[in-house]
Amino acid sequence: MRTRLSLRFLALGYLSILVVFPVVWILWESFGNGLGQVAGAVTNPDSVHALYLSVLIAVIAVAVNTVFGVIIALVIVRHPFRGVSLMNAFVDLPLGLSPVVVGLSLLLVYGVYGWFGGWLQARGIMVIFALPSMILATTFVTLPFVVREVVPVVREVGTQQEEAARTLGASSFETFRRITLPAISAGVIYGVVLTMARALGEFGAVTVVSSNVFGKSQTLTLYIDAIISGNTPNYTPVYVAYIAAIELGILAVATLVLMSWIRKRGAERA
Amino acid sequence: MSISVQGVSKRFKDFHALDDVSIEIDDGSLTAILGPSGSGKSTLLRVIAGLERPDSGRVYIFGKDMTNLSPQKRGVGFVFQHYAAFKHMTVRDNVAFGLTVRRRPKAEIRAKVDELLELVQLQGFADRYPSQLSGGQRQRMGLARALAVEPSVMLLDEPFGALDARVRQELRAWLRRLHDEVHVTTILVTHDQEEAMEISDRVIVMNHGRVEQIGDPRTLYDHPASEFVMAFVGHANRVDGRLVRPHDVGIRLDPDPGLITATVHRVMYLGFEIRAELSVGEDRIRVQLTRDQANELSLVTGQTVYLELEAHQMFEPAELVAAAS
Amino acid sequence: MAPSGAILMRGISLAFLSIMVLLPIAALVANARQAGWSEFWQTLSYAPDVSAIELTVGASAIVVAINIVFGTILAWVLVRDDFPGKGIVNAVVDLPFALPTVVAGVVLLTLYGPDSPVHVDVYGTRIAIGLALLFVTLPFVARAVQPVLISMDRDMEEAAAVLGARPLSIFVRIVLPNLAPALLSGAGLAFARALGEFGSVVILSSNIPNKTQVVSLVIEGDISSGYVSQAACLSVFLLALSLTVLIVFGWLSHRWSGSHAD
Repeated sequence: MRTRLSLRFLALGYLSILVVFPVVWILWESFGNGLGQVAGAVTNPDSVHALYLSVLIAVIAVAVNTVFGVIIALVIVRHPFRGVSLMNAFVDLPLGLSPVVVGLSLLLVYGVYGWFGGWLQARGIMVIFALPSMILATTFVTLPFVVREVVPVVREVGTQQEEAARTLGASSFETFRRITLPAISAGVIYGVVLTMARALGEFGAVTVVSSNVFGKSQTLTLYIDAIISGNTPNYTPVYVAYIAAIELGILAVATLVLMSWIRKRGAERA
Repeated sequence: MSISVQGVSKRFKDFHALDDVSIEIDDGSLTAILGPSGSGKSTLLRVIAGLERPDSGRVYIFGKDMTNLSPQKRGVGFVFQHYAAFKHMTVRDNVAFGLTVRRRPKAEIRAKVDELLELVQLQGFADRYPSQLSGGQRQRMGLARALAVEPSVMLLDEPFGALDARVRQELRAWLRRLHDEVHVTTILVTHDQEEAMEISDRVIVMNHGRVEQIGDPRTLYDHPASEFVMAFVGHANRVDGRLVRPHDVGIRLDPDPGLITATVHRVMYLGFEIRAELSVGEDRIRVQLTRDQANELSLVTGQTVYLELEAHQMFEPAELVAAAS
Repeated sequence: MAPSGAILMRGISLAFLSIMVLLPIAALVANARQAGWSEFWQTLSYAPDVSAIELTVGASAIVVAINIVFGTILAWVLVRDDFPGKGIVNAVVDLPFALPTVVAGVVLLTLYGPDSPVHVDVYGTRIAIGLALLFVTLPFVARAVQPVLISMDRDMEEAAAVLGARPLSIFVRIVLPNLAPALLSGAGLAFARALGEFGSVVILSSNIPNKTQVVSLVIEGDISSGYVSQAACLSVFLLALSLTVLIVFGWLSHRWSGSHAD
């Protein structure tokens, strides 16, 4: 039918102009000048350090949010209390916050003139403009993902399996480890993957709280932004930023692939 | 002829839903298309409605070739098994829909909807939503909605299939009364042979995408054209290579050459009917007895009896098709 | 689970959320309140800020409207149409979700910036901002609508067709009302996201006050220049705006689904 074709054309055309063409072009531009250039950009020490920082922060954020996220999800579903919906709202809050606002609010708590500023400074603890604040910021913005993915899974799984385990003599911890965790693992993994992707891509909040020193306290996102806006101590060609962007992009695509693979496996099991 | 279907075939991937089907429907009649699932009956109905395009063949409605016309333009009414109610609209808006898209004046629509709601006995429900109605009520709404645009033909696709037995029976009888009042040519698709027999003027029996037999209920029952029809319409016992109706089997207590030996398995008192289940070799057969016959025989489980086939049918091997009762 | 276990878990959850979320937000709101109403209004009526607010809200609204249309078309094509490579298209729609905002900005910059091979240079224009926002909010409506389309009964559309409604009429009268709740919910999320978007806009915008500054950029600028309380005021305003948008769209979405759900 004619409508069918024109709809298809509109949809694919829109996607192409907005997403496909730009992605293809940046890949072409970056790899066009040969792999030597790419290798150089990737192995450049500032770039390597930025990647290291990004991954380090992301891993910590993921670990923290997984542990607490599962606990929070279990509380929401299994042990709710009056005010649990308010708690739920707080879990979702980071989703609706602009990242710079997140950064600012952290500044107001841990910065020199912030609530804890004096206390921290007196003990010589650097939070803002140091790694801890970057970790805090990233953990903040990625907080909702594990919870949101685990809650529906916990709901669906129900308590019967665990009750059976208890009657068979398993302790609380054993039950949790052997029964609960495996049952909700799909949701947890999905949440972890989403958290990881989001953490690697965090920019706005980290920009505000980081000292942003080139090659020293920059995540990959900050690194890319610095090169593009020309805020580098020595001249760094733009393609380095492109390649760093592609690195992150590849990680993002890997996330996507993992996401759809997990989704498919979940559907098969169901 | 209201409807004429000529040589229609339809395939879905590897599945032959319809195989060279030709039928004629009389003006003002209530015809049932009867068959098991997969027989192609719904597909045939949808082809007539224009919801499916046949691979070959033609469809004529009131003499006009409608084969390539969209459903919008055919002037037919369609009632779905699962009601297809417009969930987001009130009952009134549902019934009015066909008139609304034809841009009839509001007053006219209102009057017509009220009239129809009264006809289907849903007067008080005009401002309710389908989710607030029972299944039977939703289907009555579906009928009213289809009738609103005064179609020349009404097509009903297993309209009572999703309802429970009691509601089904009530609506079945109600539909027949409605048809007697309104006289629109109606085609009803069903797998329930009792339903087909009870309300239709003529029955088209289908199996595996082909028409097995067309006729009025009595003819179908008394003179089935094939083993399939005999087994599908009413019950048929297989005895000795012959097909016999449960009420055509006589039970005798004394042996006689020419009679078939059988063992009583169970006697069931079903209220209006007394049914005896007997074993003949490996097969089970069902015999229908009157109260008097049953009292006279006083059958006991395990008892040996002798059967006389008072009437039977025999079909050529070529006509032996698997019955799916 | 023993009651003590439950209490422990609740305690841990509350402590974690209080420290991680409640505390910073409280500090933000407290700082803005401390500035007082007069400074609050002063900040908001400061010309470049007003301009930024107008640009942010305007661009977000337009972008969401565009993505409502295209998101629905995308969902429709992904559910009802079939063509080779459909699976890849499905994954591409998810890409903006997974891609870091800075990377999105860079990707768009290479094709539509100063070094554009097709000589389309939108860098530093308002259009660039719109482009960035379009990119990052692309999946919201499409993904919200898709599952609804998948589970929707085609019966209703067939019934409408037999009753005489033409395809466009069927879409408007039958399909759209049933998609509305999911559509509005997705649009609300997209809007809130667009209002606060930062990373991609930073790359594509020239950040000129009164011309190509969005609120998030203004806030960042204020922070680096030390105007912390102004930044706090703007932040609270932005937060309130996002919450309002979410509540309004959420209410609209709920109103639409209300009595109609089966």
